[in-house]
Amino acid sequence: MGSKAGAQMTGAEMVIRALLDQGVDTIFGYPGGAVLPIYDALFQQNELQHILVRHEQGATHSAEGYARSTGKVGVVLVTSGPGATNAVTGMVDALMDSIPLVVITGQVPTHLIGSDAFQECDTVGITRAATKHNYLVKSVEELPRILHEAFYVARSGRPGPVLVDIPKDIQFAAGAYTGPEDVEHRTYKPRVEGDEAKIREAIELMANAKRPVFYTGGGVINSGTKASEALRELVRLTGFPITSTLMGLGAYPHSDKQWLGMLGMHGTWEANHTMHDCDVMICLGARFDDRVTGRVDAFSPGSKKIHVDIDPSSINKIVRADVPIIGDVGNVILEMTRIWKAEKKKADKDALAKWWQQIDRWRARKSLNYSNSKTVIKPQYAVQRLYELTKGPNTYITTEVGQHQMWAAQYYGFEEPNRWMTSGGLGTMGYGLPAALGVQVAHPDALVCCIAGEASVLMNMQEMSTAAQHRLPVKIFIMNNEYMGMVRQWQQLLHGSRYSQSYSEALPDFVKLAEAYGCYGIRCEDPADLDAKIKEMIEVDAPVLFDCRVEKMENCFPMIPSGKAHNEMILGDAAAAEDIGSVITEEGKMLV
Amino acid sequence: MLAKNEPVSRHVLSVLVDNEPGVLGRVVGLFSGRGYNIESLTVSETEHDKHVSRITIVTSGTPAIIDQIEAQLGRLVPVHTVVDLTNSGPSVERELALIKVAGAGDARAEALRLADAFRARVMDATTESFVFELTGKPDKLDQFISLMLPLGLVEVSRTGVAAISRGPKGM
Ligand SMILES: Cc1cc2nc3c(=O)[nH]c(=O)nc-3n(C[C@H](O)[C@H](O)[C@H](O)COP(=O)(O)OP(=O)(O)OC[C@H]3O[C@@H](n4cnc5c(N)ncnc54)[C@H](O)[C@@H]3O)c2cc1C
Ligand SMILES: Cc1ncc(C[n+]2csc(CCOP(=O)(O)OP(=O)(O)O)c2C)c(N)n1
Ligand SMILES: [Mg+2]
Repeated sequence: MGSKAGAQMTGAEMVIRALLDQGVDTIFGYPGGAVLPIYDALFQQNELQHILVRHEQGATHSAEGYARSTGKVGVVLVTSGPGATNAVTGMVDALMDSIPLVVITGQVPTHLIGSDAFQECDTVGITRAATKHNYLVKSVEELPRILHEAFYVARSGRPGPVLVDIPKDIQFAAGAYTGPEDVEHRTYKPRVEGDEAKIREAIELMANAKRPVFYTGGGVINSGTKASEALRELVRLTGFPITSTLMGLGAYPHSDKQWLGMLGMHGTWEANHTMHDCDVMICLGARFDDRVTGRVDAFSPGSKKIHVDIDPSSINKIVRADVPIIGDVGNVILEMTRIWKAEKKKADKDALAKWWQQIDRWRARKSLNYSNSKTVIKPQYAVQRLYELTKGPNTYITTEVGQHQMWAAQYYGFEEPNRWMTSGGLGTMGYGLPAALGVQVAHPDALVCCIAGEASVLMNMQEMSTAAQHRLPVKIFIMNNEYMGMVRQWQQLLHGSRYSQSYSEALPDFVKLAEAYGCYGIRCEDPADLDAKIKEMIEVDAPVLFDCRVEKMENCFPMIPSGKAHNEMILGDAAAAEDIGSVITEEGKMLV
Repeated sequence: MLAKNEPVSRHVLSVLVDNEPGVLGRVVGLFSGRGYNIESLTVSETEHDKHVSRITIVTSGTPAIIDQIEAQLGRLVPVHTVVDLTNSGPSVERELALIKVAGAGDARAEALRLADAFRARVMDATTESFVFELTGKPDKLDQFISLMLPLGLVEVSRTGVAAISRGPKGM
């Protein structure tokens, strides 16, 4: 696939050439007037696979799923105007979750820009705050450089979405192609090596810690599988406990004894208490999100904080770092490990043993316990059974947004990175189904399962048609509680159980809906049938909609109520007894 | 956590950017999107061959906010360097204003006298008006403008602040 530097070709051909030279094998898109030349160039080649979606938002989430499950850049191709605006949500989602995307949009021809032409919109204006960077291409001469630069910017430093808006006349114009080799960015050169003096300072803190904890995040996944391997070594070497954000699940194996579970609003009792009481916190590629910190002024008040992040703006944004380290977290972990070994550092054994005893007492609260039922399927039980029957290195899980997403995070165990795709920062309902398609495209032989809610899944349901067309046997496991459960839970806790507009009225029959799409439908209402039906879902070689009827009024616990600290979290059993609404202050109610 | 009650102070930031379309929009959008203040903003190409422009921003915030602003500016892809001139040693600041004053008799004579005292230059004159040009630190401009107010001030056009560090070193 050698690049044809210097070769004459049209702008549209350059797009295809540049994608191939960037190692792209698949793009997700939807045609329209302003991208017809590119679709024509696409038609005349067979190296690049195009997945036709049913809505441009679907294309962006599919590309996100593709990117997150492979570590590669996801690519989207859509038309001007409505094509571009439909793609905006997915770009913001990728921006919030640091997912590398290149989004190519068609634009009206250069001479019509600014004239309110048919399907014209100010795409670069609209997406300025939705992308890491964007370009309006002004001439065919600069097109190849911009395309290669877009890939460089998307994947370097803190990854994110980059948009390239290409007017139609430039797609037709001919020019000289240049390959990716000679693209060096003038200004964007993120720092990847951590400062050694700071790393040594961190090591000193770690070696003297009495109550340490690793708090890891999506940055470890962004850094690549090597970072996860390095993390495992460092954590075992030190013997410290480790927790992770929603975005970092899988970087450290869930089955390991040093693993405390996820932290934050719906994190485990042990993870949050460990964070609250620690004396040294080692934050690796996580950004102190408000879902994680709870009340910031009560967040881990007694600890020294080491913060490793590739983006200088993440440091000291929410929480003051005592030892800030700017660099790629994979590199920094390797460096930490090297220095720890070279200096023959030992953790404080006695202190650590006491710390683990304390942690074990927190663990003994068994904060993920719930009361199961013989008559209705409890959502937690559904995820547990799904996990037991689907687990394995070749299984990938995506989610929609809501209670089911949290139950998935709590009860599905991840052993490897890049197996867990969820919309964390933006919390985009409608993400999970198309994301699953993107994952399946990248891993045709894998078992790809989307844990969904009945409300979320309807937001991009049309993509079942994409699944059928491209024979993508994704398993959409809908935890149907007939409510926008997460909204209903907040209404119960904060608004006097007034369930304003959160009942999923007039739901479709998901089994018939699956059949209407040419897919396979399964319904399960009885816990006794659950295993057999999950097995059936796995066996079927087709896209499946699984309508799993679960307990309607179940709440998601543990929970740190808004405006509360880590050590003020509530558990399921306690929550049943007391009126939770009364524990949240007026100030807390203002928070989201 | 970050101290919320730290004092707010004024900072002058110099930002070198690639002079590409939309770069000013990115900078302004960053300030409005994240709720930072812009008290003044000036921009012009400074190195034509290298396509480099220099943006000078006067803003205010707590030390933590100013650090965030610097880091957020640094994240913008076309930004080369960001320097907080207020925090990095002595610097000079200048702003230019054009000030139109209309009137007759004593007020007119007084306006001209004050202009002279402030070393403002007369750029335009009619029998009933002056346009003064005044260069200096923003507070000097403020002072002159407030003196002109009762003397028939019509309108003011200000460039915003240009600033540079003292001494031999550049950004
Ligand atoms: C309904 C709902 C409930 C939620 N509840 C929780 C919850 O209980 N607990 C929870 O944790 N989250 C929860 N979230 C998710 C939450 O909103 C945030 O998305 C998440 O906490 C952020 O994860 P993170 O800190 O790992 O950061 P990410 O968003 O993954 O950001 C990664 C960080 O790493 C940095 N980085 C990227 N690449 C590198 C690299 N190579 N080297 C170094 N640094 C790098 C980035 O600059 C960034 O600062 C919830 C979301 C929803 C929708
Ligand atoms: C696009 C979008 N709109 C609204 C919301 C607010 N929201 C968060 S969770 C939720 C309910 C999700 O319901 P469902 O998919 O059934 O999941 P459940 O909570 O019941 O598991 C809503 C409306 C959102 N996150 N995304
Ligand atoms: Mg629901």
